[in-house]
Amino acid sequence: MDEILEILEKDARTAPEDIARMLKKKPQKIKETIKKYEKEGVILKYKTVINKEIIKDADSEVRALIEVNITPQKDVGFDRVAERIYSFPEVSSCYLISGTYDLLLIVEGKDLHTVSRFIAEKLAPLENIKGTTTHFLLKKYKEDGVILKHKEENKRIAISY
Amino acid sequence: MKEIISKKVQDMQPSGIRAFFDLVLGMKDVISLGVGEPDFVTPWQIREAGIYSLEEGFTSYTSNKGLYKLRLSISRYLKSGYGLEYCPDEEILITVGVSEGFDLSLRAIINPGDKILIPSPSYVSYGPLTELAGGIPIYIDTKNEGFKLTPKILEKHIDKKTKAVILNYPTNPTGISYTGKELNEINKIILKHKLLCISDEIYGDLTYDFEHTPFATLTGAKENTIYLNGFSKSYAMTGWRVGFVCGSKEIIAAMTKIHQYTIMCVPITSQMAACEALQTGRKSVEEMKREYKRRREFICEGLNKSGFECIKPDGAFYVFASIKKTGLDCLDFAQRLLKEQKVAVVPGTAFGCEFQDYIRISYASSLDNLKEALIRIENFLKNIRR
Repeated sequence: MDEILEILEKDARTAPEDIARMLKKKPQKIKETIKKYEKEGVILKYKTVINKEIIKDADSEVRALIEVNITPQKDVGFDRVAERIYSFPEVSSCYLISGTYDLLLIVEGKDLHTVSRFIAEKLAPLENIKGTTTHFLLKKYKEDGVILKHKEENKRIAISY
Repeated sequence: MKEIISKKVQDMQPSGIRAFFDLVLGMKDVISLGVGEPDFVTPWQIREAGIYSLEEGFTSYTSNKGLYKLRLSISRYLKSGYGLEYCPDEEILITVGVSEGFDLSLRAIINPGDKILIPSPSYVSYGPLTELAGGIPIYIDTKNEGFKLTPKILEKHIDKKTKAVILNYPTNPTGISYTGKELNEINKIILKHKLLCISDEIYGDLTYDFEHTPFATLTGAKENTIYLNGFSKSYAMTGWRVGFVCGSKEIIAAMTKIHQYTIMCVPITSQMAACEALQTGRKSVEEMKREYKRRREFICEGLNKSGFECIKPDGAFYVFASIKKTGLDCLDFAQRLLKEQKVAVVPGTAFGCEFQDYIRISYASSLDNLKEALIRIENFLKNIRR
């Protein structure tokens, strides 16, 4: 993978000028490459990882992992059904997986009731859906490589040979 | 009353910058570019292997030479990485970091009055340990050679009392390293004068622009070379204290004699963790290496922009920058930079008394820290010029 992507994946705020200094390239060249990645859809979005677990007045949020069994369709397989499902804004992630069920969804809502209603009224009645199993999420420890508890720091002494 | 402390230890020069170190340690909110170890924490799977070994009850001594499985892994790593063959039974010894390996090397080979050649600037322990072992350190100033030992200046310092040459590449404090071709030229002189080479290659994995060449891989070098390496820098395992020495059967046997009485063996937990490092840690090493390389470019460009003269390091995570233009002595410079801008660096004299015009800057620090430090250094320089 291009080192520019490696750097941005770690910290999306790294300025093109800083990347240029690190990789010994011209800032203009870095900017162009990033633009190109954005245009090609290699870079989709820059977002901030917020630890909502420690925000006291954050809108309460409920998350559920939902296993979905579906009947694949001729020619398009799972894709069309998947599209109908992932287009709901409540669905934050959607994966096609191997094993005893087909799709794994992560669904978000402001409370248990909202999520349950979404499943009962929107998701389950969809054509081609054979069944769903819902697991409500109790606690987040780590997400997308980020440990939510604390930032790990090296405890080295301030000066040494 | 009789003097308590031995003459030899009394004669050891206390480091002139101890007081400065105390000053740094006593201050808060300092950005320290004075650290000689990685800012990464040991990769988790290596730590986990240490924890697991404790759970399994591995709390005993190991054989003096170290766990066989660790010596075997090291032997395989050197064979596959460099084509270097050392027998795990007789030619490898696990030590408490390179520090112990280095001390053992000197104590195993020095007879009173033997001269040991040390290219300077050099790591702080080489000289004092040579003296403690009864040898005479002969420093070879490499300032005018771009901090590189050349065959010519090496040969100039050899006489009939010379026993060994110490090499350390990539070098702490300059980050300078040598290509295979340059090392070959040095080796020719060493072979010609039948000297030993003690090669401290602890930063070998952190070489950025070309492949690291272990000295022992050079034609005819292996027999006369004591190869020192360890896990501290490349695997971010400084606190575990695991290193290793490779050399001829005779040398390793001699070193093991001392090691068995002084150390007995390296802590088993650390040895278990080191096994894991060799088995699964290479990916982490490569990742950290890429990160250091990027920081190197960043800090060198920043320092050059601020008007510092520094030779771009080939490896390790240090820049040895000249502060001559400021007119300040390195200790003054470091003290004022600390007090006025809260940035810590190591004064050059720590690595040889003739380097009062230099400071060692470590870039084993986050990009945010490096960025902020460069701004503060720039402010500091402006204040001096005023």
